[in-house]
This record gives sequence, structure tokens and C-alpha cells, in this order.
Amino acid sequence: MNGRKQTVLAIVIALIALALPLVTPDYRAQIALLWVMVLFAMTWDILGGQTGYNSFGNVVFFGIGMYASAVVQRDSGLDYFLALFLGMGLGGLIAIVVAAIMGSLVLRMRGHYFAIATLGLGIAAAELAAGWEFIGAGSGMTTPLFPGDPGVQYLFFCYLFFGLAAVVFCLLAWLYRTRFGLALNAIRDNEDKAEAMGLKTGLYKTVAWMIAAFFLGITGGAVGNLLRFVDPRDTAFAGPTYGVWMVLMAILGGKGTLWGPVLGAVVFHVTQEVLWTHLLGWQRVALGLIIVGIVVFFPQGILGWARERWPERFGHKVEAS
Amino acid sequence: MADNLALLFDAPLLIVQLLIDGILIGSIFAVAAYGMALVWGVMNVINIVQGEYVMLGGFIAFQLTLWGINPFLGVPVAAVILFLLGIGIYYGIIRRVVDKDMFISLLATFGLSILMQQLMNQIWGSQVRTAQSGLSTWFLFDYQVTVSQVKLVAFAGALLIGGLLILFLKRTRLGQAIRATAQNPRAARVLGIDTNKVFAATYGINAALCGAAGAFVVMAYSVHPYTGLPYTVRSFMIVVVAGLGNLPAVILAGLGLGAAETMAGFVLGVQFQVAFVFCLLVAILVFRNTMLGRKRRYLK
Repeated sequence: MNGRKQTVLAIVIALIALALPLVTPDYRAQIALLWVMVLFAMTWDILGGQTGYNSFGNVVFFGIGMYASAVVQRDSGLDYFLALFLGMGLGGLIAIVVAAIMGSLVLRMRGHYFAIATLGLGIAAAELAAGWEFIGAGSGMTTPLFPGDPGVQYLFFCYLFFGLAAVVFCLLAWLYRTRFGLALNAIRDNEDKAEAMGLKTGLYKTVAWMIAAFFLGITGGAVGNLLRFVDPRDTAFAGPTYGVWMVLMAILGGKGTLWGPVLGAVVFHVTQEVLWTHLLGWQRVALGLIIVGIVVFFPQGILGWARERWPERFGHKVEAS
Repeated sequence: MADNLALLFDAPLLIVQLLIDGILIGSIFAVAAYGMALVWGVMNVINIVQGEYVMLGGFIAFQLTLWGINPFLGVPVAAVILFLLGIGIYYGIIRRVVDKDMFISLLATFGLSILMQQLMNQIWGSQVRTAQSGLSTWFLFDYQVTVSQVKLVAFAGALLIGGLLILFLKRTRLGQAIRATAQNPRAARVLGIDTNKVFAATYGINAALCGAAGAFVVMAYSVHPYTGLPYTVRSFMIVVVAGLGNLPAVILAGLGLGAAETMAGFVLGVQFQVAFVFCLLVAILVFRNTMLGRKRRYLK
């Protein structure tokens, strides 16, 4: 697909996205979550797909945003929307700072050491939050009630998350075309060479993680209000669910591409919503099977598969043999 | 927290108590860690389901006690069942990811671990389970220090398993083939070793080690479907500290970790014990990396 077709596709998708919650009011909560999933996959892919650093710990930033927003709403005494947006912004900023600190510590590690260190960070964050009285310890926090009826609430969150996803998408579409995006890809392809060429690889990696952290923090701040409940292990720092879904959705769609994570998130979320309610108690078994299945039999993802199948559509020249 | 620390200084025997408890559980960590080192060294796979195998071994021994069978029989039974399961999982899944990027195998075993957690939850429910071994507790120093006999048996059992494993790796043909494959899989293949079978055997042995460790865990401590991951992380830490294929170092690191963790659990409070394990993991990895970075400076 060339650039013009992609723009047309993006606009068509945006129009559908804007109309969808109005046409199907019963599914607004699921649609809002769909955009959250798209945000998860896109932000994971900045470091995981483009830079080749597979993180299991991005959920830390999400949880930080969730807690920051919940604390602001509890303690500031401001109006609902003001407190919400303030909390989201604060969550994003704290997430950036944490990403800078964590990045300087763990982003020097390579490959699987990085993956396991981030896995440890994610669970450590959950356990620490579960022991901290100020944020409700193990019993978590509840967020204030939305002023207005539930239908309007879900509509608000649909458009909020869609707006966020659209901003992130446009930002990434631009970013991946700049020198910065090329530097990230260079690090993925051969970090030692990239460093030898004079790229400050540590800086690029940390900044990439900070971008992901900022948007995850903001998203987390709002998701706390959508779910109305912040639990340290099950919603905020939910490594075994959200933390793994991020990775899985990006791989399913095709990691290291702009559209892959979006596609993967949509396919994953729709499948999940259709199947999950029929699998009561067996959902995690199904999730485990899906992970193993995708990783073992379909590691290149949907877009990667399509690229192999129809290379000429992706701008690759095919020699007739 | 400070109170607990002060208590330690007031009552030195408490330190002895914590050290004994820590070292005894550390031996079980060491067994699971050695299995992980084996798989890592031979197949270049980091096995995230390690902890779930430990838990499954524990649940098998627990199931035997439900049927009225002595849980000590659970040690060999769990080892055999998990050996077969490990071989099955190798041929079904691990075989397909063994030569791929390490992240792929990491994610595949992570998926397996989620799968097994929920399966165990469906079969045995989400309660914390223990098995009564029927052994009593020794009291030393005027009842100030307690040593439960089953933990001591677990310690001895762990050492016995470690010794048998060394003998197996040194003396038998299969053990030699495993060591040869660890050194150079390609050369091993050239010399006529069926590396696929060696991988399967290695993975099965790892699962069996975890199963035996789990049977001790359920007698001396407790098992729960969702507490496998800390065991994986402990194994990983021990292997990172001790290196691959260095059994004495693995045992030392295991005992040290057990002691450190029990101490931390007492001083920080039990609710932070798991947090301590994961923070320690990150700290060890960061430390390892700065040491590597220091070595690298010579190249500049």
C-alpha cells in the first residue's frame, strides 16, 4: 500500500470509529476497551517491534497512570472531569520519569535478560502496590462515579480512547518515518553496529520507552475510571492479562509495522469478546493456548504473513524466476 | 519493619531459626534451578513454566494423600509423571521453538505457564494446599528454635537428587550425550548424537526435577496454582548468579537465596516477601549488567 491509500484507509477507519458507538449503543463499553487494546499494542510495539526490545513490563506505566489518576480524584476535591484530566496528565508525567529511571537501569541489558528483568519489574510493582497503605494496599481503590448516565459515560470513554489512539497512531506514523524511527530500526537490526556508527543507542531506547510510557500512563488514568476499580494485581499491574495481551496483539498483527498492532488488537479483542463469555473459568487456558499457538505456528503475524504472500503489494519487487 | 529488625538483634537465636528455615528451603530452590540451568545450557531455552512444574509436582503429591497414600511416595511418582509430561510438551511445543529466537521460546513457555496455572486451578481449586507428612518437629535451645523434620528430609532429598543427577550426567551414555550437546550441538550431531532425543530427555529430566522438588514443597510448605512464577524467578536468579552447569555454585546460591529471602520476609513483613524476590531479580540483573559494562570498558 502506498502512502495515499493508507491515508484513505485511516480516514475511513476513523469515520467508522466515530459512527460505531452511535450506531451500536449496547457495545459502547467493549468499543472503548477496543481502543484501549489498540493503544496497548501500538505503544508496546515502539520498543518491542521497532527497537527489538521485548518488554513484559510496560504494564507498570499503565498501573502508575491508573493509581495517579485515582489518587488525584480522591484527594484533590476537584470537579470530575478536571480531576480526571489532571490525573491522566500527572499519570503520564510520572510514567515518563519512571520510564527514564527504569530505562537507565534495564535498557542496557540485551535480549532475554531485558525481557525477564521487565517481567520482574511488572510483578514487583504489583506486589509493592499491594503492600502500600496510601493507595489502598491489597484491596485497591475505587474511582468516583461518572456524572451522567452510563450510556453517556461509555460514549465519552469511546471517544476519549479513540482520540488518544488516533493521536498515538498519527504520532507513530510520523515518528517511524523520521531519523528517530530509522535509528530504532537500526538498533533492532544490529545494536553493536548502530553504536559503532555513532548512534547514542541508550538515549534512543530510553526516549522510545518514555514515549510508550507517557501514553500508557494517560491511558491507565482513564481506564481506572472506565472500570471504576483499581486493583493492584488484577487491573493496574495486571501482568498475566494486560501485560501479555500487549505482546500478543502486536505479534498477532505483525510486530515492527505501523498497522500490525492495530490489526492485531482488533482481531484479538473481537475474538476475545465473542469467545470469552462462553469459556467461563477456562479463559486463561484459552489464552495460554492462543499464546502458544501464535508463537509456535504464526510468529510472523498477520501482516508478516500477508507480506510473504503478496510481496508486491507491500512495495517489494519480485523477480520472476 | 524497624521493630522486626530490633527484635533480631535482641534475640540472636531468631537469626539461627531464620537461617535454618532459609537454608532448608533454599535446597529445594537449588533443585529447580539446576533443572533450569540444564535446559538453558543444553537447549538455549529459558523455561518460564519451571514454577508451574514445581506446583504440579506438589499437587500430585497432594492428590496421593487424598487417596490415602503417603506423600513421600509422591516424590518419585511426581518425578515420573512430570518426566513423561515434559517429554510430551517437548515434542508438542518446545521442539518447534528450540532453534528460534530466544524471545519466542520465552513467550511460548510463558503461555504454557498461564495455561497450566489455570488448568491446576480448575482441577484442584484456588486454595492453598499442603500435605501432611506425619513427621514431627524438633525443638532446640529450650524451645526457641524449631526444626521441622520434614524440611530436613526435604533438604536431604534435594542433596540426594543433586548427587544422583551428577552421577547420571558423568557416568551414563545419555548423560555424556547431554553434556556433549551442551558444549556444541552441531559437533554432537556430526558425531552421531540424536540431539532431538537429547533435548527431549533434558527437558523431561528438568520437569522431573521440578516435580520432585514440588512434592517436597507441598509437604514442607504449601502449593497454590498461581504461585509458580516466584519459583521460576528464583531458579532464574540462582542460575544467573551461579552460571550454567556449575552445581556447587547452584547449591550455594540456592541456600543463600533461601536464607536471604526468609530474613527479608521476616524483617519487611510477609506481604513484601514476593516483592522482595522480584526486586532482587531486577537488582541482580542490573548488577550483572554493570559488571559486564565494566569489563567492556577495556575494549574501548
